Amino acid sequence: MKKIEAIIRKSTFDEVKKALHETEVNFFSYWDVTGVGNEKQGHVYRGVSYSTSDIQRRKISLVVSDENVHSTVETILKAAHTGSVGDGKIFVSPVEEAYRIRTKEKGTDSLS
Amino acid sequence: MELLTTNNVWMMVCTALVFFMHLGFSLLEVGLTRQKNAINILFKNVFIICAGLLTYAIIGFNLMYPGSFIAGFIPDYFFDLFGLSAPVADGALDLAYNEGYTYWTDFLFQGMFAATAATIVSGAVAERIKLGSFMLFSVIYITIVYPIVGSWKWGGGFLDGLGFYDFAGSTLVHSVGGWAALIAVYLLGARLGKFGKDGQSHAIPGHNIPLATAGVFILWLGWFGFNGGSVLSADPSLTSITLVTTCLAAAAGGISAFVVSTIAYKNYDLTMFLNGILGGLVGITAGADLMSPLDAVLIGLVAGGVIVLGVALVEKLKLDDPVGAVAVHLACGIWGTLAVGIFGSMAGLNQLLIQLAGVGIIGAFCCITAFGILSIIKATMGLRMEEKEETEGLDAHEHGMDAYAEFGTVQER
Repeated sequence: MKKIEAIIRKSTFDEVKKALHETEVNFFSYWDVTGVGNEKQGHVYRGVSYSTSDIQRRKISLVVSDENVHSTVETILKAAHTGSVGDGKIFVSPVEEAYRIRTKEKGTDSLS
Repeated sequence: MELLTTNNVWMMVCTALVFFMHLGFSLLEVGLTRQKNAINILFKNVFIICAGLLTYAIIGFNLMYPGSFIAGFIPDYFFDLFGLSAPVADGALDLAYNEGYTYWTDFLFQGMFAATAATIVSGAVAERIKLGSFMLFSVIYITIVYPIVGSWKWGGGFLDGLGFYDFAGSTLVHSVGGWAALIAVYLLGARLGKFGKDGQSHAIPGHNIPLATAGVFILWLGWFGFNGGSVLSADPSLTSITLVTTCLAAAAGGISAFVVSTIAYKNYDLTMFLNGILGGLVGITAGADLMSPLDAVLIGLVAGGVIVLGVALVEKLKLDDPVGAVAVHLACGIWGTLAVGIFGSMAGLNQLLIQLAGVGIIGAFCCITAFGILSIIKATMGLRMEEKEETEGLDAHEHGMDAYAEFGTVQER
């Protein structure tokens, strides 16, 4: 099993969510994050300019079985892409074990 | 009797409108400052109206309208200085007090103005002044300084004799507050992080621009009473022209500040537009009953430019004024006072010089008294919060409270 963490634009989230559902991925968490990156935003307040290097993004975290990693990553790469600087990143890391709390199933059975 | 009733009703409505301005100030100030200090700002504003009305009842009202003066500028009141004493005739309120309103209406209407002068300071000193120091300063300032200055013109003192004219208080209210704001900002120092070591300005954006906008609209509404009631009667022609000049000046001030700030800063800054509206309102306040609609527009247009220049100048002097109080109330207060000598039915070089003299004398008095009071406070109880307290927020340290308890976390910027 692998954990896939993707930092994506908030504006592409709905598309990513829809695309993931279409590949039968129905279980993931997401939260809003602030970070720094290559995208720069210029602001002006009462004549004083400042650049907010603080960028708002959304992070999605999901765990899939090894066979599904490639297709899931491709799905996210396609749905979250806009072509402008700041589209985000995807990270894949190994997961040692997984459980479903209600039934105590473990391993890939708990992922569906 | 019907005329008195009509006049008095209008005056009471205006009293309520001016009272409502305190909500306007509260929202404007809380919107232009940071979330971590929201409770503190509101606390100061709530305190000012409450303490202001009480002290005005205890001594301020009498100090402002003493009836006679020593040497023309010291209110002469050896009896009845404290408390309200309504004139009585045949066991009932003497309605011959004034053809425009009763004694009680007079007291309350004027009392609302008094508190406005101190609330001007609260925005300028926001986010770093100690609450206790502010409360002490504002009580002394509203109780003693404001009424004495007011007595010199509206109370029949020497400035009135000189021919100085201030219809609703560009100088007597707004500049009185503005001078104190300037002195306070100077003695207090800038917020942490406002100016870098190299002297560079940093932006500290307000946390709730919608509230600030609401505040300005409410202040504009309140001005219907501030200027409309300063006619001191319900005279249809005077009150109606006054409301027109007031609104046109506000609109012109806004547009002018919007255009000038857009040219200067290359963005459409809503807060400058809002400040411009207030600048126009303050600018027309000295002569709203004297001006033609065109005069009012011109005064407003100039006021809008004064706002942008004023905000930039204050910043350039390394003074930190989070809400633009010095530009709006001091700079435009002076402009509005001088405008009486330039536009309208009292225009003339002689009047302009008298207005200038009034501005100077009151300016000197306010600066000296504000400087004195604040310096003593600074040397004794201290004016400013500790660095750590300021960084973590006044709400946490002065109040132990959270303004938006369920709404996520405060940024400690």
